[in-house]
Amino acid sequence: MLRILQQISKIGSITEPLKSSEAFEVMGAELKDAIRKHFQGSLAIRLVDAGSCNGCELEIHAANNAYYDIERFGVHFTASPRFADMLLVTGPVSINMKTALEMTYDAMPSPKLVLAMGDCAANCGVFGKDNYAIAGSVADIIPVDAVVHGCPPTPTDLIQAILALLNAT
Amino acid sequence: MTALSNTWFAERLGDHGIHSQYLEDHHPAHMPCLEIRRLDWADAAEEAKRLEMRFVAVWAALAGRHDDAKTLYSYMAFAHPEHRHVLLRTPLQEDNPEVLTISEHYIAAYRMERHMQDMFGISIKDMPDTRPWIKHEHWKADAHPLLDDFDGHSPMQPDAGRAQVDYDYVSCESESVYEIPVGPVHAGIIEPGHFRFLAVGEKILNMEERLGYVHKGIEKSMQGRTASDGLMLAGHISGDTSVGHSWAFAQACEYAADVMTSKRCDYIRGILCERERIANHIGDIGAICNDAAFAFMHVQCSRLREDMARLHHDVFGHRLLMNTLTLGGVAHDVSEEACQKLIQQTRDIAVEVEHLRAIYADTASIQQRVIGAGIVGVDDAKDIGLLGYVGRASGHEADERIEEAYAPYDELDIAIPKGEQGGVSTRVWVRFEEIASSSRMIIQMLENLPKGSIQTDWVAPEAGVSGFAAIESWRGEIAAWVRFGTDGLIDRYFVRDPSVINWLGLELAVRTVPVPDFPLVNKSFNCSYSGHDV
Repeated sequence: MLRILQQISKIGSITEPLKSSEAFEVMGAELKDAIRKHFQGSLAIRLVDAGSCNGCELEIHAANNAYYDIERFGVHFTASPRFADMLLVTGPVSINMKTALEMTYDAMPSPKLVLAMGDCAANCGVFGKDNYAIAGSVADIIPVDAVVHGCPPTPTDLIQAILALLNAT
Repeated sequence: MTALSNTWFAERLGDHGIHSQYLEDHHPAHMPCLEIRRLDWADAAEEAKRLEMRFVAVWAALAGRHDDAKTLYSYMAFAHPEHRHVLLRTPLQEDNPEVLTISEHYIAAYRMERHMQDMFGISIKDMPDTRPWIKHEHWKADAHPLLDDFDGHSPMQPDAGRAQVDYDYVSCESESVYEIPVGPVHAGIIEPGHFRFLAVGEKILNMEERLGYVHKGIEKSMQGRTASDGLMLAGHISGDTSVGHSWAFAQACEYAADVMTSKRCDYIRGILCERERIANHIGDIGAICNDAAFAFMHVQCSRLREDMARLHHDVFGHRLLMNTLTLGGVAHDVSEEACQKLIQQTRDIAVEVEHLRAIYADTASIQQRVIGAGIVGVDDAKDIGLLGYVGRASGHEADERIEEAYAPYDELDIAIPKGEQGGVSTRVWVRFEEIASSSRMIIQMLENLPKGSIQTDWVAPEAGVSGFAAIESWRGEIAAWVRFGTDGLIDRYFVRDPSVINWLGLELAVRTVPVPDFPLVNKSFNCSYSGHDV
């Protein structure tokens, strides 16, 4: 236990209030305000991987690490679509995931926001629309409010996109 | 590497009256492809089993440029620790493509055979399990995407009449057994797949996997691409194994085209692959601990992983090392300054991980959860042919860096950990050991980085030529077979991610395990869904 405490105090807080990422902090503060205003301080996101290569998922995990710590702005990922405010979708929608994506969308309470994450979610990316196994981009299957490009988008891109979407609504 | 053909297996087959013929248009010579008669198919697999060869894969392909028109061929590959890889193939009948199952000898073959059945409509005789696999219930009965007459370029329309049909899961009539369906959309930030649990009280009686949800038609989509376009796609077969899959694809193409990469290129590929291994192991160790509510490790490990991602971005232009390989080379050279940064960070991370490992080992609450959880015995691991750290935790140590010893690993000191307990704690132990071993290799490579060019000219081979490669990615061996068509375009690409085999191990590992331990065991395997479903 002592060693755990030593390690924690040795590393200290690495969560970015660094000069290099001042813009990130400003953005974070804005995001926090937007979430306070629209979602009483807590934005619940349900992620659906509709066919991604797992690259986007790695960056979503990274957005939760101690550097970005997206939770401090009030964003958290929920296990159930029933309490989700936002649906985050990655990947081109595969024909085998189409129904599950539609069901998850339907299971969410309205009003709901949908953010399509990554080039695949936006336009099927490297897998292409001319592919028998791809039902389409996310917007071809369910209504999409915003898209964040990148392969995969970085954690900063993701946080920025969530903020932009909240500001636009 | 010798240019002489590897005749060992052909001679063994000959001893048993199985005639085989070398294919001249297959490379490299030390991993030859032999054509055998169809009636010898299952006997050849039996002979391989008797010789204690490891099963690698079974797949199918339409005839190539050099083959008889319209015929389908069935392929299989085996590996022997001393005698390397060997491929066998046999032509199937034109009007009624049919072949005997080999799953009687190698159990890991049965899902791949179901895949052949789905993709080509080949009927596999005497199969223990004939249910479709990647072909989900809503597909039309006559949809076989890898056949020539199938339209691969527009989204497949479902069979409306089959929308409500359910997969025929293993079930149990007993009143004391209950079912827990999980997925395809899982509770966390994870890829999709379905698990069907049969449980008694708190314990799992049986867990059945249903995968294929993220099937993206990669095999079909590869057809007609240029090699460099194909490489881009290969890098997205599994996003966490971008280097591994790119390397497997590139090496298969390079073998086919007889393109030799430079030493500097080999070393940089090695650095990339080992860095990918470390980053994933660190992330997974944290996630395993997190699944047992030891959040401290998770926070610390994801910090280290982020440090690596940032340096990857600075040096190689991508946080997850995507698009870092080219055909015949690598996309980024490593400057002297970058070299020093990489050495420094690799050292620092190795030290930090050892420190965290001591804390992990001393924390009773996590040890109590991981020791003895999710065991796969040594015999089972060998039977299935488990790969990578999963195999190495159960006494099955197949490692292509040693078996195939492709460059740069022929010049490095590789220490392969070998555990025999086969549980979560052993898999974690193997991963810690691999982090240490890979760190040493990375530093060795960086300190001895050969001078010279990072790029060799790429010239695609003539139509009909094929190549095979086996690369030890962080999850284990990736087997890749490529055949070229006209104009240097890819005619067929088959790839077997290690997860295809390791998913079978998970089903075994969770038997009699309490249901709440499933996430922990699952994470210790961390099989890829995307890599499996292709």
